[in-house]
Amino acid sequence: MAHEAVIGLECHIQLNTRSKMFCGCPAEFGAAPNSNVCPVCLGLPGPLPITNRAAVDAAVRLGLALGCEVRGESVFARKHYFYPDMPKNFQITQYDRPLCEGGALPVRIGDTWRSFDLIRVHAEEDTGKSFHPERHGDRQISRVDFNRAGVPLLELVTQPVFRDPAECAAFLIALRRLVRWLGISEGDMEKGHLRCDANVSIRPAGTEAFGTKTELKNLNSIKGVEKGLTAEIARQEGVVKSGGRIEQATLLYDLDHDKLAIMRTKEHAHDYRYFPEPDLPLLRVDEAWRASARERMPELPWVRAERLVSRWGLPAYDAGILCEQRELADYFEALAAHGEPKLASNWLMTEVLRLLKERNWSLADWTAQVPVSRFAAFLKSVASKELPGPLAKQVVVWLADEPGDVPELLERHGSKVQSSAEDLMPLVRAAIDENPGPVSQYLAGKTATLGFLVGQVMKKSGGQAVPQTVKDMLEAELSRRAPAR
Amino acid sequence: MTITRDEVKKIAELARLEIPEARIERMAGELSAVLDFAGALQRLDLEGCEPSVFAPADAPLREDALDDRRLSQSAALAAAPEAEQGFFLVPPIVENLAP
Amino acid sequence: MSASELWRLSARALAERVRGGKVTPAAAVESGWEGPGAAWEADVRAVAHADTAARARGAEAVRSGPLQGVPVLVKDNLCTTDYLTTCASKILAGYQPPYDATVIRRLRAAGAVVTGKGNMDEFAMGSSTEYSCYGPTRNPYDLARVPGGSSGGPAAAVAYGLCPVGLGSDTGGSVRQPAAFCGVFGLKPTYGRLSRYGLVAFGSSLDQVGIFARHAGDVADTYAALAGHDRFDATTRGTPAPDVSRWDAGVQGMTFGWPANLWKEGVDAAVVEALDEAAAALERAGARRVAIEFLPGEFSVATYYLVATAEASSNLARFDGVRYGFRHEDSPDVRALYTRTRSEGFGPEVQRRILLGTYALSAGYYDAYYLTAQRARTRIRREYEAAFARCDFMMLPASPTLAFKLGEKTENPLAMYLSDIFTIGANLAGIPGLTVPMGLAKANGGPALPRAVQLLGPDDAEPRLLAAGRALEARGEVARIGREHETEFAWPTRR
Ligand SMILES: [Mg+2]
Ligand SMILES: [Zn+2]
Repeated sequence: MAHEAVIGLECHIQLNTRSKMFCGCPAEFGAAPNSNVCPVCLGLPGPLPITNRAAVDAAVRLGLALGCEVRGESVFARKHYFYPDMPKNFQITQYDRPLCEGGALPVRIGDTWRSFDLIRVHAEEDTGKSFHPERHGDRQISRVDFNRAGVPLLELVTQPVFRDPAECAAFLIALRRLVRWLGISEGDMEKGHLRCDANVSIRPAGTEAFGTKTELKNLNSIKGVEKGLTAEIARQEGVVKSGGRIEQATLLYDLDHDKLAIMRTKEHAHDYRYFPEPDLPLLRVDEAWRASARERMPELPWVRAERLVSRWGLPAYDAGILCEQRELADYFEALAAHGEPKLASNWLMTEVLRLLKERNWSLADWTAQVPVSRFAAFLKSVASKELPGPLAKQVVVWLADEPGDVPELLERHGSKVQSSAEDLMPLVRAAIDENPGPVSQYLAGKTATLGFLVGQVMKKSGGQAVPQTVKDMLEAELSRRAPAR
Repeated sequence: MTITRDEVKKIAELARLEIPEARIERMAGELSAVLDFAGALQRLDLEGCEPSVFAPADAPLREDALDDRRLSQSAALAAAPEAEQGFFLVPPIVENLAP
Repeated sequence: MSASELWRLSARALAERVRGGKVTPAAAVESGWEGPGAAWEADVRAVAHADTAARARGAEAVRSGPLQGVPVLVKDNLCTTDYLTTCASKILAGYQPPYDATVIRRLRAAGAVVTGKGNMDEFAMGSSTEYSCYGPTRNPYDLARVPGGSSGGPAAAVAYGLCPVGLGSDTGGSVRQPAAFCGVFGLKPTYGRLSRYGLVAFGSSLDQVGIFARHAGDVADTYAALAGHDRFDATTRGTPAPDVSRWDAGVQGMTFGWPANLWKEGVDAAVVEALDEAAAALERAGARRVAIEFLPGEFSVATYYLVATAEASSNLARFDGVRYGFRHEDSPDVRALYTRTRSEGFGPEVQRRILLGTYALSAGYYDAYYLTAQRARTRIRREYEAAFARCDFMMLPASPTLAFKLGEKTENPLAMYLSDIFTIGANLAGIPGLTVPMGLAKANGGPALPRAVQLLGPDDAEPRLLAAGRALEARGEVARIGREHETEFAWPTRR
């Protein structure tokens, strides 16, 4: 009998505020251990928490962006459990009256948008860091650092709306994009800015009732989420197929060894003893606050994608790609304003994004070299055909590396004269005639020898020709000759 | 009795306390006495009584700025039973997973 | 007046002399530790942490202000950078805070000097100052009896003359009840008027720092120095604290409630006697008595022991042997560290309350206990609001009995809890309360013991309560040790 998986995600988003959630310590990373702490976040006897307005504002903006209902009055609560990285042995979080409820995140899968429903988004404080036991003289010890304790977190919980790991990965990518788009978090999973736990169960395909769920913790990369969930679903199917029952459990996924480890089963279920934090007043977010948050809200990615289609006539696919980064969408629209939107989209999605990927550049690195006006000029010369395709690809690389507008670049590389086929053709033909060996090897399918022939032509042109152009012309000429043999 | 021996053991575990076998019975009795007494509340008419909230409604939130309460690393570790190289040291954490 | 006599003075008179340069801060601070003070302390044991060097440094650093050079013994649950802060618990053995509580900062800013840390019931859980890891404090009027609690140390010290002012904390009567047992004034301010930042939390929604003094005027001066919003405590009120400068204005035209149904039974005759005398005195001073019926205290006690223990079980979770204080050595793993450290570090009463609070919050019981109790608080607060619609303040006992004997109640927790029956309501409702000493009861057998009454008012009624307390003080009826301060007890009238 075929099974389908039912998955819900619980994501923690670390905010990029200056100070911590409930005290005035730096929320930044990389300081010496236990040096970003004060009586409040170190859990000393006596101090009291004070809520960081900026962290609440970030929660409000995310909540509004997701279409949540943002409560005028929500409540901070204490969640109790003993763990060495918990300074107070309780966490200040939200429980039965969270700041944001409902809402959904639109996610582009292929070129269709899907919307995944949420249960809640609330604000809370992060824990410190405890390290794996290590040898210390004649015994084992663990180290604890409280710098991270009290750093602001948003917890986002989805409905059990996912049916396969790929959807979960797409959701997380979209969530990461959104928090960056809003500027509330760096959203880097590897750095722990975005963390994810998942609740997983399976049920006979087509049935409604939920199966017993397990909790998969610390899925801290997109890959980890996909592979971890795949492994757990397989495990559960295995248990069921062999006639067993799924036990409620908490599991850890080890990405390096693609292994699942059962950490805790229901017997040790926790009793968190939530109750309203008596040291903090009700959290009040009035309409004025919500209104100002709406005003400060950028056009959201999925809205913008639609507008790129309607305003600039792009295919939905292009719009989706260009809205992966707010900066990319901005850059595109600036270019589109100079005319040729589709051309701009094509060159950004292919050559420019490829170059960024190859060089591991951010879009900022690119725009520093190639401001809008410069790339717009390039697109014009492409549109006016004065820059043939192959040569244009070469020019994109030059734009990234050198100053000067298109004519200057061509000049510098001496490509002006020989950018036309007429000038180069004799050299190309000569190279072919003089090297029958490599030519026949090429025609026999050993295409690597093309590089040799390109070299020959370049030599003849005294290094003046454009390699990309030469390559294209050689290919054309050789294929023309092929049937002659 | 309102609280059984097993319940005393269960809450003691939650609170990370260890009640010697010999004292559990007595503890259950003392706690039950107080809880039975607290039963008086059932006689109180709480119609229309919302739970009390004592922090004032107008309490301002904190602006996102650093303040001067930050401790130096040595001050943070000064009272630690055991510390080394800037870290607090504890016996090995075997439950290698926070809830 | 010779330096050795300075301990007799009120805070106001002492500060005046220091300000005028007639007395050095050092002399002002040390006076209580010399002569009779030293002898008293040997018997009473009001002090948990004393430190001659710290006192000297404090005296040198004195700033000018209303309490210039005034020594203050503060309860051992207020964080101080110059003295250990242990809450009289083994689990905080040797703990030195890296910061001052806000009220301590304000004391120093007003010119006062912390003269030491006062003994208390462990983590303020108790009504007799017997549950202290340093051993009990004794009542200066009868060393066989308790000073009350949990702030018994500062109460006893102010009574015998170590210092004119003391700070305690009042979660369910821990300032007002020991004040009554020791024959001094004890104020529990309106919730949110004195900062709790740096007060080691017991019941967060009930805790208030409280003030002990032998004179209503000294309570007023100290309140004025400490009260007000604190940006580090979100439960402090933003509005300006009430002006208590007219504490000597009298009670002419005021009405006070008289809930006699509360002391029909179970209250010592001597306490009732004090109530009758105090009421008569206020009437002579121009106030009018209004009979009222009031909700029996049992409901408050029941509510209190659910709310306070629940919050305490949470607040005391941080004491785990990881970052500070006592640690049980050689635990195989961190879980064992917690259990062994806490079981060894907390005394039996604290463990009892942690268990009770854990139970009240645990799954399945939250609604029946904690939530019901928080709703009952609202009901109780409404009872007070109704009462104060008919009077400016009300008078009732601070405690159903005079100071009881050491060991008398330690074996019966519930009986101990019930000794707070008249004080707990104010904490549940967040309203202010003042204990006013009413001289000595007739001795029956042993030494004569102090008597007192309690005044409760609506939010921010501190000025009224102090004026009424002052009106009773001016009668000049003084407890025995009080007479040692006779030179100015009825001050300023008799000066
Ligand atoms: Mg969370
Ligand atoms: Zn901090």
